[in-house]
Amino acid sequence: MCTVCGCGDVVTLDGRKISHDEAHRFGLAHHHPAPSGGLHHYGLGAAGVSVPGMSQARLIEVETSILAKNDALAAGNRQVLAGLGAFAVNLVSSPGSGKTTLLCKTIEALGAAPLAVIEGDQQTDHDAARIRATGARAVQVNTGKGCHLDAQMVGGAMAALALEPASFLFIENVGNLVCPAGFDLGEDAKVAILSVTEGEDKPLKYPDMFTAARLAILNKTDLAPHCDADLAAYEANLKRVNPALTVLRVSARTGEGMEAWLAWLRAGLAAKTLGA
Amino acid sequence: MHEMSLCEGIRKIVEDQARQHGFARVTRLRLEIGRFAGVEKPALAFAFDVVMRGSPAEGAALEMLDLPGRAQCFDCGVAVEIGHRLAPCPLCGGGRLLPEGGDEMRIKDMEVM
Repeated sequence: MCTVCGCGDVVTLDGRKISHDEAHRFGLAHHHPAPSGGLHHYGLGAAGVSVPGMSQARLIEVETSILAKNDALAAGNRQVLAGLGAFAVNLVSSPGSGKTTLLCKTIEALGAAPLAVIEGDQQTDHDAARIRATGARAVQVNTGKGCHLDAQMVGGAMAALALEPASFLFIENVGNLVCPAGFDLGEDAKVAILSVTEGEDKPLKYPDMFTAARLAILNKTDLAPHCDADLAAYEANLKRVNPALTVLRVSARTGEGMEAWLAWLRAGLAAKTLGA
Repeated sequence: MHEMSLCEGIRKIVEDQARQHGFARVTRLRLEIGRFAGVEKPALAFAFDVVMRGSPAEGAALEMLDLPGRAQCFDCGVAVEIGHRLAPCPLCGGGRLLPEGGDEMRIKDMEVM
């Protein structure tokens, strides 16, 4: 069977039978003796063959992004956030980078600032429970088998949270360095978290997420001496895949670098509130 | 990456288009996939067959067209085309490139009956 179009082995070209693979290999326009009455290959060489009976089929130009539905929902979320002057960050990383601990410490440090949290995990509400223990409002989204949050899930969670004006919205995505890069949630910025135990070359192995992020937090810096982590190499690799990336060195455990992270968040909120 | 979700997006678009243009069956569907889109093509083809069952695109032939990866070189400042995500700048050899195209995932067109 033809690997290009899945039809039979022999095709007819100008009344002459030739091998199907040959027709594809040489980019010859040809039609298939298919039960549907003959399909025509577009885009494979010049369409020099007239095909009687083709009028049944027609070509519809679609030119639509596959993620158009998600993008439209994300735009809706973004509009709601803009109306409130709320600043939303989408925290993305591998599982185990310390997202939830960083978030708990951040909430404590932000004190009385209005904020809400959306927690994404495949299963359990452990993370939302940890967040609620700090006194913050949190909604847990379980994606089941899903590997990422999408704009519809976040829109539903935002409605459930009844966000306050000029507040922070923290969205902790499913721990996964691949899929969440492609799904816009309506956030203001993706923040990628990378812990120093993960290996200096991780940004090179999973470049998409670090390219999509505006800020990277190099987390667990207190562990660096214990695992021979080369922080300069981490930063060089982050900058290699995204030269425009801002990198902060943080230890949520000791508090190192937390002030810079809080300042980044407050600046983001201030800019957003001005625009509202 | 998330080929199943992508196919669900395709199915939704197919169903919308079928209502809009009044067709019953898609015989062929062409996608444009950017080099940096992170799409695993064999996985997408597999998911396509499964997800399209019961839709107008059931049994449709799927074609995927590659779109080039484009990036801005931070060393020489020129927008260049690169073959893979970590390739150096073809003009100056610099390694600091910010992708600015090639992450497209689009349905280009459909042949319908």
